[in-house]
Amino acid sequence: MKIKTLSRSVDEYTRERSQDLQRVFHNFDPSLRPMEKAVEYKRALTAAKLEKIFARPFVGAMDGHRDGVSCMAKNPNYLKGIFSASMDGDIRLWDISSRRTVCQFPGHQGAVRGLTVSTDGNVLVSCGTDCTVRLWKVPRPTLEDSSVSSENFIEPAAEYVWKNAFWAVDHQFEGELFATAGAQLEIWNHNRASPVQSFQWGTDSVISVRFNPGEPDILATSASDRSITIYDLRMSSAARRIIMMTKTNSIAWNPMEPMNLTAANEDGSCYSFDGRKMDEAKCVHKDHVSAVMDIDFSPTGREFVTGSYDRSVRIFPYNGGHSREIYHTKRMQRVFCVKYSCDATYVLSGSDDTNLRLWKAKASEQLGVILPREQKKHEYNEAVKNRYKHLPEVKRIVRHRHLPKPIYKALGIIRTVNDSKRRKEDRRRAHSAPGTIVTKPLRQRRIIKEVE
Amino acid sequence: MELSSEDNNLTEKVLPPIEQESDVELETTVKKYLRGEGADLETLKDKKLKTQLASREKLYGKSAKTAAKIEKWLLPAEAGYLETDGLEKTWRVKQTDIANEVDLLSSRNQYDIVLPDFGPYKLDFTASGRHMIAGGRKGHLALVDMMSMNLIKEIQVKETVRDVAFLHNEQFFAAAQKKYAYIYGRDGTELHCLKERGPVSRLRFLKNHFLLASVNKSGQLHYQDVTYGGMVASIRTGKGRTDVMEVNPYNGVVALGHTGGTVTMWKPTSQAPLVQMQCHPGPVSSVAFHPNGHLMATSGKERKLKIWDLRKFEEVQTIHGFHAKTLSFSQKGLLAAGTGSFVQILGDSSGGSSSHNYSRYMNHSMVKGYQIEKLMFRPYEDVIGIGHSMGWSSILIPGSGEPNFDSWVANPFETSKQRREKEVHLLLDKLPPETIMLDPSKIGAMKPSRRKEKQSREEIEAEKEVAIEAAKSTELKKKTKGRNKPSKRTKKKKEMVENAKRTFPEQGHNNTASKKRRIGEDAAAELPASLKRFARKN
Repeated sequence: MKIKTLSRSVDEYTRERSQDLQRVFHNFDPSLRPMEKAVEYKRALTAAKLEKIFARPFVGAMDGHRDGVSCMAKNPNYLKGIFSASMDGDIRLWDISSRRTVCQFPGHQGAVRGLTVSTDGNVLVSCGTDCTVRLWKVPRPTLEDSSVSSENFIEPAAEYVWKNAFWAVDHQFEGELFATAGAQLEIWNHNRASPVQSFQWGTDSVISVRFNPGEPDILATSASDRSITIYDLRMSSAARRIIMMTKTNSIAWNPMEPMNLTAANEDGSCYSFDGRKMDEAKCVHKDHVSAVMDIDFSPTGREFVTGSYDRSVRIFPYNGGHSREIYHTKRMQRVFCVKYSCDATYVLSGSDDTNLRLWKAKASEQLGVILPREQKKHEYNEAVKNRYKHLPEVKRIVRHRHLPKPIYKALGIIRTVNDSKRRKEDRRRAHSAPGTIVTKPLRQRRIIKEVE
Repeated sequence: MELSSEDNNLTEKVLPPIEQESDVELETTVKKYLRGEGADLETLKDKKLKTQLASREKLYGKSAKTAAKIEKWLLPAEAGYLETDGLEKTWRVKQTDIANEVDLLSSRNQYDIVLPDFGPYKLDFTASGRHMIAGGRKGHLALVDMMSMNLIKEIQVKETVRDVAFLHNEQFFAAAQKKYAYIYGRDGTELHCLKERGPVSRLRFLKNHFLLASVNKSGQLHYQDVTYGGMVASIRTGKGRTDVMEVNPYNGVVALGHTGGTVTMWKPTSQAPLVQMQCHPGPVSSVAFHPNGHLMATSGKERKLKIWDLRKFEEVQTIHGFHAKTLSFSQKGLLAAGTGSFVQILGDSSGGSSSHNYSRYMNHSMVKGYQIEKLMFRPYEDVIGIGHSMGWSSILIPGSGEPNFDSWVANPFETSKQRREKEVHLLLDKLPPETIMLDPSKIGAMKPSRRKEKQSREEIEAEKEVAIEAAKSTELKKKTKGRNKPSKRTKKKKEMVENAKRTFPEQGHNNTASKKRRIGEDAAAELPASLKRFARKN
């Protein structure tokens, strides 16, 4: 006869000294945990509520410009700094952590329309409506530079005057060239006073330009004739060109998938294209009510931030049709430029009310050093919330955002208009011969044609 | 092992036979951890969703495999067992024989506490099995720490005590006394008097929902949330006075056993029972639930013990011979039945989960004067507590307790700090009473679409024709006493045919109007509050 009964010795199951950690034993058997799904649902509800409680996205505002902020540039080698330029020609370098100006770059006579930093971070290029392109030497931040009261004024290293006003500028990745957008698309070298190369198509001005992060010779531009053009510097003419129904204000390439680009359009939507196949948009991101002024991708390539004329900043997933987050303040007027910080944690917006605002990319994120146990809890909350976010109570909390009244009403009007259009379309189709009415998908509808 | 090194080029690795066996075992445990079937990805048309779900299914597979491996290799303790060799039968093994074979610590768990003055004792254990509350009929309440055999507190309430139950931990317990139920703290102070319930005959606590359920002398079922004291539900069962109430730990439904032989199952959000089963021809004496939620054991006064499968509501087994006054299932599935002063333990001799065959495992007969009042297995130990008319006893039953506890679920070695933290976490995870349902895995699942397929025009026409033919061919009853006028008959027939034509409204009109999905009315009564907005408004 063999008998064994359970007997647990206290020493095995408790700690020896009070400085030891408590002993933890695991048994993952599901029969020990009845009603798991209900408990998970309750935790998802609690996690959604906690996320809303801790959602404080606004970090601070940077005050200093005397006219609306027109453009910003980020230095990929230096996370803490951001350059911004305003409509009266004032260019400043800000220290984000202390939210103060480090130095100013005076010189432009009119509005500064474009700012960009060279790849090694030493040269700042700016262009404006006073027909000049200025190159500045960026001061290296030193350790004793904590005294912010001494604001330095930097002299331009070079100043090139040209025939027409400029609208935008962008610097090549891994190269020495930069491109300006004005009456034509011009390619410059740092050391030459006149452009090295110039592209023209038709008589309309080019309003924005962006170099591809993967291929150093490819760039995308948008013009005021509602077109988006992709140029290759090695060829003498455009590689691809499409004409849309409304003009594109800004373009951004996806840093993780460099063949995809997203265009911020005047009709309030952003269109993501595959650069090799431009006749159909990959995705249409609709949520803004008014024109989208600027767009920037996160370094992870998974989301992008847009700033719009309707006084809000939205963050979209790279493949999703609707925004994940909206940021707005009563004091923030028309947003003209946005940037996603290089560590994917912050979003900066420059607006008409002369302020630069710093927001968190994830509104309820805990900043600073997080203990591993805290990190695990955050990840668990995120996972359990995603599992149950389709259930009505959790969905209601997760989706809830407070919108400013003009945007809320405008969205309602847009919904009514779209519903009535769809209803009319359905009735037309029901009363005509099957197959005569063909609707183009939204991804193709806004593109008029592709020209070569 | 030599085989696998030689045949590296083959697509299948040739394993030696022992490893193959363990693979099969591992697969059954992997199935347990997978918790059901995977999603059917073939029917999906959405490619994005398909790829996301496919990667998620892979992750589930991985985690289930790791859990199965942990269960096989890393758990600290192994279950107890009683194995006899040759002709000896397990039920002839006496407690004294066991005491000789077992170590000192375990043999301390066999004892009889004799308290003849205070009447038959009822017991309850906390979830970790560390503390026990014993309540004697004549008013003796004792809170005992089982590990150190230390009497924490005993009080004499000077009234009849019909039942005792722990709340979420050993700090609070409830006692059903003569006129009302009371809640006491750990040091014996009376915290609450639950007047609304009336004279309570049975008290049970639903741990995940923090609901104290009780049935009183007039057969009313009360659910009270002990965190804020609100009465969640008072249900008039309509079946008269009953003493038999048990909670199913798997899904939180309360089962009452009635004198007519029916067992009814209740949830707090509905006034009608979920299930009514006719179990016995006579009154039901006792009900017990298996921890996995699929088995229920009931005993009736006609000296039969029946085991039911709750998924199909069918009887699985009947055991004849004795009238079990009290029943209890252990964590490992052993069934204890007590009659008079005799305890019989039944074990499942078939290994598989589909078939159940309960047969005698062990017996224990106590001194003739001890009439058993309540049997309860102690969690995480191979011990059963017996409350009887002369006090309480405890005997060893090898193989009844779960050997490995999880510190986050129930920790017998809890410190006070851990206990306080656990209490806060339990409160945060408190489930709303609407989540009590017969099948708890339905939460979060999608309801199958109830929209019928659109019928083509021909099908509708055909149905219409059939209905008109049926209306035309019905024979009207011939009325008497001058009411059988031919004009009236024809009128009535015409009306019937018109009705048959009218029941098929024109196409398109109804379909666009009923865009919203509607749920049936009987389902609307059972909807949780959060989904009531989708119920049909009548």
